[in-house]
Amino acid sequence: MTPTMPKPAASPGAAESTFPSSRPLPAGVAPETIVSWLRDMMLIREFEVRTMQAYQEKKIGGFCHVYIGQEAVAVGCTAAIRPDDPMITAYRDHGHALARGMDPRHCMAEMFGKIGGCAKGKGGSMHMFDRANNLFGGHGIVGAQTALGAGLAFATKYEDEVLRDGRSDRVTLCFLGDGALNQGVFHESKNLAGLFDLPVIYVVENNGYSMGTAIHRGTTVAHDLSVKAQAYGIEAIEVDGMDCVAVYERMKAFCDRCRETSRPGFVDMKTYRFKGHSMSDPRKYRTREEEAQYEADDPIGKLKTSLVSAGVLDEAAVKAMQKEIRAEVRASIEWSEASPAPGPEELYHDVYVEKWGPYTGTSDPEMLREGGER
Amino acid sequence: MTAMTGMSAGPGAVAGDLREIEFRDALNEAMSEEMRRDPKVFLLGEEVAEYDGAYKVSRGMLAEFGPRRVIDMPISENGFAGLAIGAAMMGLRPIVEFMSWSFSLVAADQILNNAPKMLYMSGGQYGCPIVFRGNDGAGGQLGSTHSWCVESLYANVPGLKMAIPSNPYDAKGLLKTAIRDPDPVFFLESERMLAMKGHVPEEEYLIPFGQAIVRREGADCTVVAFGRTVHFAMEAAEVLAAEDGIACEVIDGRTIRPLDLDTIVASVRKTNRCVVVDQSWSFASVGSEVAAQVSEACFDDLDNHVHRVHADDVPAPYAFELEQAMLPNPGKIRRAVRSACYRD
Repeated sequence: MTPTMPKPAASPGAAESTFPSSRPLPAGVAPETIVSWLRDMMLIREFEVRTMQAYQEKKIGGFCHVYIGQEAVAVGCTAAIRPDDPMITAYRDHGHALARGMDPRHCMAEMFGKIGGCAKGKGGSMHMFDRANNLFGGHGIVGAQTALGAGLAFATKYEDEVLRDGRSDRVTLCFLGDGALNQGVFHESKNLAGLFDLPVIYVVENNGYSMGTAIHRGTTVAHDLSVKAQAYGIEAIEVDGMDCVAVYERMKAFCDRCRETSRPGFVDMKTYRFKGHSMSDPRKYRTREEEAQYEADDPIGKLKTSLVSAGVLDEAAVKAMQKEIRAEVRASIEWSEASPAPGPEELYHDVYVEKWGPYTGTSDPEMLREGGER
Repeated sequence: MTAMTGMSAGPGAVAGDLREIEFRDALNEAMSEEMRRDPKVFLLGEEVAEYDGAYKVSRGMLAEFGPRRVIDMPISENGFAGLAIGAAMMGLRPIVEFMSWSFSLVAADQILNNAPKMLYMSGGQYGCPIVFRGNDGAGGQLGSTHSWCVESLYANVPGLKMAIPSNPYDAKGLLKTAIRDPDPVFFLESERMLAMKGHVPEEEYLIPFGQAIVRREGADCTVVAFGRTVHFAMEAAEVLAAEDGIACEVIDGRTIRPLDLDTIVASVRKTNRCVVVDQSWSFASVGSEVAAQVSEACFDDLDNHVHRVHADDVPAPYAFELEQAMLPNPGKIRRAVRSACYRD
């Protein structure tokens, strides 16, 4: 482990997280809710393992970034907000989609490029959108979603205050990787959020690397990211993103305050991706020892142990849950394989709301469709 | 600059209604009327509120609608363009004023990657009903970075619509349509036309997108122009009629996306000659696109190849004489028409 790497269990008051030690469960949360967090994390993990397999089998194309290791972040954060709070993220987005409630079949089928995908196969791995669950994507350009996140918060505030003449009552969660810290648009977004009192919380999923570049090699003051929020008048907290309970507890309080005050927030969410940046990453920029150290801090193992220690679950129940999840993910693969590819008519759908096209110069689009050009 | 001579007042004109207002006030009326009609519509941009608009387009709007709906932005184009796109994804209807379209280049990722593609990438789940508007084209000795004609650069992108009015009547009617449109609209104005006066009736009207208008009828040569260059074409047509006996049919495209090819083709089938005027550079441009489409549709009708008049293929110079030499003007259009008619 290099000295500049984020350390596990950085959150104040958090238990020493040497797997498989347990930690106290949060008061005031029903045990079955905490079990559902564990289930969601296990689902994401299993889903991503099968995603990697499917990618290797060439069932999934393009760029593909898996969430293994970071599950506690999406699950803990989602648990801390309400269903009507908007959420938006970057391209490592399968975990957020599942945590937010997307049917795994629609998530998997999107990567398979099938009509059953959440975006009818037009978005792919990096563009998971789920209107019913207030997930505003999946965005591929690093940092671009931070301005959209400010806009979502602007809109909820405008709706609540201007259209309904009430008080601002929703919080937007905008996720980004530590690689987005240095995009100009993020600085502009923080300035706008601070300036206009926008209720948006920027959750920096700080996994220590922007692709293959360790954070200190690309980011100034990498040891204290809070200064990058303070510069814009935004309150910052640091959270142990490897501990789902800590994520929930810290984020719940932070989101509640943001909702109450209609002020932006910034979270340095210390986490680690167990796999490479994308499917084509040999991980030469970090040591296997470092990886092993973080894998020992596995957020799923930690919550499992805590629930078993607290007597909420026993090993048999965990095993049954794992079996159920395996079947669910396998079913999502089978469903995606069976889902048809988007038909040629889809090529020109959704370019404009009210279709006037297709625009193809003076060529007849029917020729394109019937000629088997796809 | 006054309203072009020989230009019809527009389909919504009522006999006896001679109200004339400036181009900037026509834009103001369009925005204000739509904001009164729909509380989801709001205006944001640099200097739009307390300063009353860098070019006084939004004059008085802060007083009427208040700071919640007429919002001053810091100089942060990428940030506030993205903010507005996020708000549009939620169903609000933002109008984003770029002081100049030249500054929109700073926001290229947001306005090109996010606004026009959101509907498609989300499989139809999230649209982007937004209007980006501001001054496009040479303002007069502003130098190269401030003199962008963005139409050719941006019209390449599917998912967006693009309107380019040539007079106050169209400015109001097209902007109202743009604000009600469910898709992102790039609305190109011109600093050189903001003070132009023209007939704008009191009663409400909208101008649908994709409907070009014949500004002057003629049998000898079709001249297709957009925005400010329509005036150059009208001026050239006057001289050509008087000096050369050439009758030009001048078509004002009004919108670039969608492009009303039918009106252009009908005219070319009559005149058998076509000149396209486009204030942007010629390479991979709106002008070359129109020329290509006319050539494809009218191959057997054309007596000559389609001629094009563009800005010269150089960065916009500062010096007055050089800038004038670079921009399209009536003289260049006259030469192109004469050439197209084998009269040079």
